[in-house]
Amino acid sequence: MSNQDIIQKLYQNTETDPNVLQTPDVAHLTIDYNRVLSSRLVPGLYLDVEELKEGIKADITVEEGTIIEKTVHLCFGVIAESGVQKILMNVNVQKDAKIDVLAHCIFPNAVDLQHIMDAKITIEEGAAYSYLEKHIHGPEGGIKVYPKAAVTLGKKSRFKTEFELIKGRVGLIEIDYETTCGADSVLEMTARINGSGDDIIKIKETGHLAGEYARGALTTKIALRDRAKAEVYNKMTATAAYARGHVDCKEIVQDNAVATAVPIVEVSHSKAHITHEAAMGSVDSKQLQTLMARGLTEDEAVELIIEGLLV
Amino acid sequence: MEILEIKNLGIILGGKKILNNISMNFQEGKVHAIVGPNGAGKSTIAFAIMGLEGYTDIQGDILFEKESITELDIDERARKGITLAWQEPARYEGLTVEQFIRAAARDKSTDTIKHALSKVGLDPEYMVRAVDKTLSGGERKKIEVASILVMEPKLVLLDEPDSGIDIESIEKIFDIIKVLKEKGTTVILITHSMAVLQQAEQAFLMCNGEIVDRGVTGKICTYFEKKCIPCNHKNLPDVQVST
Repeated sequence: MSNQDIIQKLYQNTETDPNVLQTPDVAHLTIDYNRVLSSRLVPGLYLDVEELKEGIKADITVEEGTIIEKTVHLCFGVIAESGVQKILMNVNVQKDAKIDVLAHCIFPNAVDLQHIMDAKITIEEGAAYSYLEKHIHGPEGGIKVYPKAAVTLGKKSRFKTEFELIKGRVGLIEIDYETTCGADSVLEMTARINGSGDDIIKIKETGHLAGEYARGALTTKIALRDRAKAEVYNKMTATAAYARGHVDCKEIVQDNAVATAVPIVEVSHSKAHITHEAAMGSVDSKQLQTLMARGLTEDEAVELIIEGLLV
Repeated sequence: MEILEIKNLGIILGGKKILNNISMNFQEGKVHAIVGPNGAGKSTIAFAIMGLEGYTDIQGDILFEKESITELDIDERARKGITLAWQEPARYEGLTVEQFIRAAARDKSTDTIKHALSKVGLDPEYMVRAVDKTLSGGERKKIEVASILVMEPKLVLLDEPDSGIDIESIEKIFDIIKVLKEKGTTVILITHSMAVLQQAEQAFLMCNGEIVDRGVTGKICTYFEKKCIPCNHKNLPDVQVST
């Protein structure tokens, strides 16, 4: 199968048209297991990729002052049914640079597969990094995903990351993200996951508001059914004046699923402030009955409510 | 022609008799009001007609188009043509106005959704907004009414339609009631407001879980204004029922 055929096969599971990768001013990197299928750079974006025995190592740098106008497309996929894919990433968004990334992690045939992501991300003063990671899994749930990231935000920088896993079975996922925020920086971390069958979801997101006026929000939205289990440990600390944070967890639980959420907020400066809220349990009765009073069946109504929560 | 008949309806909630053997008839295509002070049992009737959770264990019968609906689920009643708008509409995390209205629509085209929004005085830009706490109660109320318009029901229960909205918006809701009537829809207004009551052609006056008067709106208005509004009687059912 040609590289182009594999790219088509990977992207056919997404809502993204793979022809976008042919556009000259759209940077991209497409990986199948440990092989670079295709890549393109744009001015100010540097990419150093090394193919490893299991996966790849990638250093991504956005040069100081560079504004990358168009979304950069990353794709980490595995067409094979089994194996271990390690993605070691080092991302440096230099001073006053800006980049938006749409990353697809596609494992349509997974039966016994592990995807391990270990990222070190540095966002320098005044820089902005937006990273939307969409996972597309197959129907079997034979996958284990371990995304880990250590992020440092410089003064007046912004980091927005969204993790989305709503297509296919989760299998096992263990997210471990930790971000340290400098003065006047903004952190937004969101995870949206749909679990079913025997899926296991473990989320540990931590934000340290270490600089004055740093702001952060950790948001988790999960829908569980069947016998799926979710454990969410979100932690926000504030150690500087005027730091503001919020931790939010919403989980809809159906059937015999089990949800656990432990929000931890730790404030050690008298001028800092953190709030948290959690809503967990069955589908809200008024939401459900309103939709049913418009003629939707209970199943259709639940589906729509979950779609609203996750999408 | 009669579209809805309530026969000897009784409801006990938490050991207390909320509705006591009431019977009512509603004519097709007419605007009706059920009026009375807080706690009289007005909303309970609406919830029982819709078959909401906690309001299905009833005495008596409810007939829609001559057939009993008391054994039907909410969605089955809705598919027969009955719907309800709550006093305080639900909020949905993330669900857009477009998704919410489209879910109810017979004709699911975007034009239909935009048209319904314009009918309630909202711009098409609202389509992408979430039906959540970022919208005011009044906006959510209008969106709920828009979802009813696109559903094209036969019978609409509007629970306190003027609650939580400004005067201009109330006029919009009154316009919608007229639109529904023009389409031949039967409307039942649940209210303790004179302004809302005056939109109806026929009315029922309730107190303490019982119908105390019924007839043309003018007569009920006079009674309600002169007797009920100044009355300090509290509708607190005091009849404990052994269960």
